[in-house]
Amino acid sequence: MAVNNEIAPARDRKKDVKKAKLTYHAMLAPGMIFLLIFSFAPMFGIVMAFQDFVPAKGFFGSEFVGLEHFKYMFNLPDIGKVFRNTIVIALGKIIFGSLLAIAFAILLNEIRLKLVKKSVQTIVYLPHFLSWVVLATVVVNLFSLDGTVNQMLNSFGMDRINFLGSNTWFQPLLIGSDVWKEFGFNSVIYLAAIASVDPGLHEAASIDGANWWKRVWHITLPGMLPIILLLAILSLPNVLEGGFDQVYNLYSPIVYETGDTIDTYVYREGLVGRDYSFGAAVGLFRSVIGLILILSANNAAKKFTERKLF
Amino acid sequence: MIQGNSLSTKIGKFIIYFIVISLGLVCLLPLWNIVAISFSGGAAVAANVVGLTPVNFSTKAYEMIMEDAQFWRSFFISVQRVALALALNLILIVLMAYPLSKTKREFKSRNIYMNIIIFAMLFSGGLIPTYIVIRNLNLLDTIWVLVLPGAVPIFSVILIMNFFVGVPKSLEEAAIIDGASPLQILFKVYIPVSLPALATVALFSIVGNWNDFMSGLIYMSQVSNYPIMTYIQSLTIDIAELVRSGTSNDALQNIAEVQNRNLNAAKIVISTIPLLLIYPFLQKYFVTGIVVGSVKE
Repeated sequence: MAVNNEIAPARDRKKDVKKAKLTYHAMLAPGMIFLLIFSFAPMFGIVMAFQDFVPAKGFFGSEFVGLEHFKYMFNLPDIGKVFRNTIVIALGKIIFGSLLAIAFAILLNEIRLKLVKKSVQTIVYLPHFLSWVVLATVVVNLFSLDGTVNQMLNSFGMDRINFLGSNTWFQPLLIGSDVWKEFGFNSVIYLAAIASVDPGLHEAASIDGANWWKRVWHITLPGMLPIILLLAILSLPNVLEGGFDQVYNLYSPIVYETGDTIDTYVYREGLVGRDYSFGAAVGLFRSVIGLILILSANNAAKKFTERKLF
Repeated sequence: MIQGNSLSTKIGKFIIYFIVISLGLVCLLPLWNIVAISFSGGAAVAANVVGLTPVNFSTKAYEMIMEDAQFWRSFFISVQRVALALALNLILIVLMAYPLSKTKREFKSRNIYMNIIIFAMLFSGGLIPTYIVIRNLNLLDTIWVLVLPGAVPIFSVILIMNFFVGVPKSLEEAAIIDGASPLQILFKVYIPVSLPALATVALFSIVGNWNDFMSGLIYMSQVSNYPIMTYIQSLTIDIAELVRSGTSNDALQNIAEVQNRNLNAAKIVISTIPLLLIYPFLQKYFVTGIVVGSVKE
């Protein structure tokens, strides 16, 4: 009896462990099935980039044409333009967005009146949660020919500017409105970084006679540097994200020259124009570059900041 | 922080308050202007004189929306979509996050699953192949096309997984001794202590699904199937038209456009109300989400 008592629980536990593992697989199964259908099946569908894909014939019946679509793509003058626009717009958003968010976080940290701080935070986080469908209306309302900004320009005796229809102004408008939407939300993480700076350093510096500006420059910013660096590296893959929602809601044929991005181009040519294989080829090219950027960013993050994305 | 009482520090403080409050106003006023426009009379909107208070107060735009059957149909398509997506997302997130939060010793296949999931996050088939797959599944023009492709929000799975890793092991061990199965442990131990993190991903799911207009644009061929944002998008923003009417000064077009502007403002206000209702909760939880989510594995 005594012997049995000792063995039986051990066996039970082994059985339990085995059962637990089975349960783990079962728990993962539903999610994996969704990924299989909606993530991995489209990856398989990439073969269409090497075919003359006809929906009626499907992936197996369509004729293979090798790299035909890629050759065509690289010979189009549009492609260089579209990639250049995407990168300029995305880089502008990343750089100016981060700078404003950092500056805002540093200034907000100085606000001692709770009511002011809380109210401002509530307001500046709000645009992040609104759809570009809504915000595009706001932007148009401000920047159209008879919009508020042009009325102001007019009252100062300046000429009206067709911001939405000008190839000079369209990119700055995209970058500016995105910075406006996101700087508040992006400042959250920088605020957390500022909070983690040792207050003793500030006290010591004050005693030594350092003014506020010097303390920000020599203590706060260096203290935030790891986070700034990490976020900068991790935003690297985003240089191929023009932001479909924003661009689609604001652009028009007049500004395709400077406003057309990879996403909007694939949507128009591939889906609306039903040139499925070509659209898939452009999409694949972009995905591959994106993947390379993400992997490099992850390696860089690991190397320089000892943290990583995945 | 700025200390002391000298004149220069006072000026410094004043400048900082001034900049911060200005940035707040820069975010608030353009939105507030839309609300004012939605409550203004057509003539005032046409003359473009509406600032921060309604001019010739009128609720006509809202009355017109009340009669717009498609607006409400789209509104309820979006409500339905958010409810379905939220339920599905939360179930799949916790079911996936729990086994993935185990160490490799506890669950040998864990890293294989993790690699598959990360690959799915980093690489995609792209817009067109995804469209063709969904078309082949006969999901076009159904509510499911708005819900199923985003059923597994990978970022949220990883966020919750990281949160589960931080749950004290002793809680789980006590439950195991009591003979609890993994599912019981998940629902009775892990979920109750992870409510703030789960609230965060729930809010991400609600906001993302409510705001998305692209799926409607791509997968719905009939306006009657549009979710709210796609419907509003299809009506409000015809930039090409705006640019053209601006340059040609076509009077008729201007009138039509101005009437729309009043109505569109009201549509946007109504479609934003659901988000404003959950905004206080959003604000409370998303900070947790960002901070937990930025520390990976």
